[in-house]
Amino acid sequence: MAETKQIVMPGDLLDTSQGKPRNGTYKCGENQFCSSYFGIVQVSDQFLDVVPFTGPYYPRRGDKVIGKVIEVGPSMWVVDINSPYSTLLHMNDTPWRTQSGDIKKYLGPGDYVYAKVMSLNEIKESWITLKDVGLRKLEGGHITSVPAPKVPRIIGKGGSMVNMIKDATETRIVVGQNGLIWIDGTPENVMIAIKAVKMVEMEAHTTGLTDRIQSYLKELKGE
Amino acid sequence: MGTASDIKLIDENGLRIDGRSPTELRPIKIETDVLDRADGSAYIEWGGNKILVAVYGPREAYPKHTQDIEKAIIKARYNMAAFSVDERKRPGPDRRSVEISKVISEALSNAVMVEQFPRAQIDVFIEVLQADAGTRIAGLTAASVALASAGIPMRDLVVGCTAGKIDGQIVLDLGKEEDNFGQADLPMGILAKSGKVVLIQMDGDLSLEEFDKATEMILDAIKRINEIQRQALAGKFISLALERGGE
Repeated sequence: MAETKQIVMPGDLLDTSQGKPRNGTYKCGENQFCSSYFGIVQVSDQFLDVVPFTGPYYPRRGDKVIGKVIEVGPSMWVVDINSPYSTLLHMNDTPWRTQSGDIKKYLGPGDYVYAKVMSLNEIKESWITLKDVGLRKLEGGHITSVPAPKVPRIIGKGGSMVNMIKDATETRIVVGQNGLIWIDGTPENVMIAIKAVKMVEMEAHTTGLTDRIQSYLKELKGE
Repeated sequence: MGTASDIKLIDENGLRIDGRSPTELRPIKIETDVLDRADGSAYIEWGGNKILVAVYGPREAYPKHTQDIEKAIIKARYNMAAFSVDERKRPGPDRRSVEISKVISEALSNAVMVEQFPRAQIDVFIEVLQADAGTRIAGLTAASVALASAGIPMRDLVVGCTAGKIDGQIVLDLGKEEDNFGQADLPMGILAKSGKVVLIQMDGDLSLEEFDKATEMILDAIKRINEIQRQALAGKFISLALERGGE
């Protein structure tokens, strides 16, 4: 079982000799650290993290996320980013020449945007912006979602996993840090890409996943 | 507690009505992720108890005046189905279920890292489908499993267990008849690793020595119940990893 990663439960004592405890841990005594999630232990560059199997998305500054507009105000949009708290997009943080009162013609309820978390305060109110390279309104395409903690696995090392799915299915894919994924292409290809994403989600905690997804994609395409 | 009666709850061999020894638990089975719509869920069978728990959230708390700017609020709702007991139970919240909802909410608030979610609420729905004594601690045990499977950060898992006094003897995990005709009932909720008590109630009378003995019995049983919780949570992930991890 050397291949599988260590599964921990809330309150489990962590072996801190492997690395400095970081995310998903808390101090539970003198020089003792415990897990705060039900998840797996991950060690990378002297740090030890507990990555939960699932859970909500917590916004962090600089994250690029996919959000759904749920409400339009006179000068702001309220955007759902798949997190416990909704976020705000002010009209001045968009690339468009908006005027207070008629912002509905740029984004309406139900539209999706690819945006960046600009700021965040102590009570978890957050603001997003569309003013950066690559950020935009997402037109067409399909939306699927995975739990936010699994996003790094969907992307893979240096984007290897998502690029593989993109190339194999000839689709355009945008992955938000919050777990929402936008996929655009022909309906058949989109369905294949969604199936591949779901498989990564299911088996995120196992090793050798990239090779398995590659053969799964071939199988789906009937090669 | 209960009505005085001449029912013998412990036979001459020291065994109880259902054939258990004084320190024996009823069979417990826990299953996780039984509901697709919920963020986390669990189903527990504890003796004759059948309880379904669904967890939603954290999400923004509504109505807004219930929000706490510093931490999340946990809203547990304990509810017994009309068909869960012998005689039809009038549906809806009553004095008893409001009390149980409150103590379970407070017990869970001590395990969940509520300070990480200002203004939020976490809903825990505990639906008793079949009741057979000890539903509050069975519900609590399942609720903490459901919370963990929802990916909510917790300090520890909460484990519930009861002990009580029947025929003048302290026994673990009272069954229905023992609860009805026994002399005392002591449900406790405990944090599995640290051993901190987060829920304690008592019905009936126990002397100090009896109380200590009951507590000791419960603390010992907690380890066994916690192991079942852990199996329930990890089970399917381990089996999938074993299946795939071999390459």
